[in-house]
Amino acid sequence: MKIIGVESMLESQRVVQSGLSSPAVSGKPVLELRHVSLQYPTKGSPITIIRDVSFSVAHSEFVSIVGPSGCGKTSLLKMMAGLNTDHGGTLYFQLQPIAGPLKSVGMAFQNPVLLPWRTTLENVLLPLEVVEPYKRTFKQNLAQHEKSALELLATVGLEGFQKAYPWQLSGGMRQRASLCRALIHQPELLLLDEPFAALDAFTREDMWEMLQRLWLRTGCTAILITHDLREAVFLSDTIYVMGPRPSEIIFSLKVDLPRPRPLEICLTDEFHRLVSEVRQHIRRSY
Amino acid sequence: MKKSFDRFLQTQTASVVLPAVTIVLTLVLWQVGVGLFNVPRFILPAPTQILAAMNQWSPVILRHSLTTLTSTLLAFALALVGGILLGSIIGSSRLAHLCLYPLLVGFNTIPKVALVPLLAIWFGLGLIPAVITAFLLAFFPIAVNVAVGLETVEAEMRDVLRSLGASSWEIFTKVGLPHSMPYLFASLKVAISFAFVGSVISETVASNQGLGYLIVSASSSFDVPLAFAGLVALGLMGVLLYTFFAALERYVLSWRQ
Repeated sequence: MKIIGVESMLESQRVVQSGLSSPAVSGKPVLELRHVSLQYPTKGSPITIIRDVSFSVAHSEFVSIVGPSGCGKTSLLKMMAGLNTDHGGTLYFQLQPIAGPLKSVGMAFQNPVLLPWRTTLENVLLPLEVVEPYKRTFKQNLAQHEKSALELLATVGLEGFQKAYPWQLSGGMRQRASLCRALIHQPELLLLDEPFAALDAFTREDMWEMLQRLWLRTGCTAILITHDLREAVFLSDTIYVMGPRPSEIIFSLKVDLPRPRPLEICLTDEFHRLVSEVRQHIRRSY
Repeated sequence: MKKSFDRFLQTQTASVVLPAVTIVLTLVLWQVGVGLFNVPRFILPAPTQILAAMNQWSPVILRHSLTTLTSTLLAFALALVGGILLGSIIGSSRLAHLCLYPLLVGFNTIPKVALVPLLAIWFGLGLIPAVITAFLLAFFPIAVNVAVGLETVEAEMRDVLRSLGASSWEIFTKVGLPHSMPYLFASLKVAISFAFVGSVISETVASNQGLGYLIVSASSSFDVPLAFAGLVALGLMGVLLYTFFAALERYVLSWRQ
């Protein structure tokens, strides 16, 4: 529960055209992007997808990135994971430049991407078989790992489904299992690429609460890509709005709502005001 | 009436009864047809005559069957190892794919029966050319399917592992191989049949043992019932092995829907 109030969250402050200006956060940044750009090679001249993006993310901060389709949000996330290193500018993770896949990232994709030949439990345990230092002692500590995986599954309402294969789960259940997989190895950085986009509205809101709970408990730094502005406001400390291609950060917003946020907060005037503020900037960018 | 029949088609009983009925019906038609049109036994023997031949020659048929089975299983085991290895290399490496795949496809288009005389020159008669012919036929579908299984792994599935810092080997063992298992098993059922074809082809040309040899020598002395008895033995072994791999597939791939 070390998250609450870590960041100096003043009034929701705007930093328009924040190409360079980073948000007011305390401590050393966990993740920093400096003049990141991305080009996509085509037969003719290459298309610039991301023109120039710079911002930094503090320890235990929850950051959302919103923006129109095709503005390079997913590519940006892959760069943060070190999965895509073919870009301009530099990204730093804990002050080190990112040159290859990071060792301990928790990642959840738009599709749950569970391995179909593994049960829910085996899918959740996967990171522990691969990530240092867990992999060395995976077999010895299996019972303990299984216990913590089952606990994690229980917190997302999947108790009793540990032996089910992915095809036996509903879309929302698969997504929840994939979140557990992203969190089981207690990553310092949680990267979420529209993980709830395919879910119905009710399930999605349940997932927001669940994600907030897990994030508050683990204290990890989280980056969420989303199209859903309510989702961004509900979950985030900071929201970055990317413009259309060739994109840059056109607006950033601090969300200073108290944690833990109950779902009812979505009905408050302050919440509506924040959502419409972000929306205005997305509209203006077209 | 129509509805209840549709429901019957879905039952376990139907999956046993219907094929049995078809087989029995075919045999009865065969028996009656041969009798009715007075077909001589050296053209097409009746099922009862084949049965009699099987009974009369059972030790001989058994001996030749064992020869064929030995070379087939030996070749199949080699094809399994070789096919998985080559398929894994082609499926994991773009370089290997570009270099080896065209060669593999080109080689596969050569009718293997044309190779048997050469194999006989190099390796003499008997077991070795049979094993090699069977191997050459059986390993291609295995290699191709394993390669396809590895190449069709979704990029996102790979990314899940890469984002955890997994090595290429870990990605191969945790995602690549399990993903290509269904492809592998689909190929095994084809490969085991191909291995039988290879053994029998080689035995008809370059051997004095095995069911291929038995069938050729029986036909050349117009003992057509014995030739058919050999065919029946081949069919039985083929079906048995196919069933074995189908059952193994169901067990190993029990995670599938």
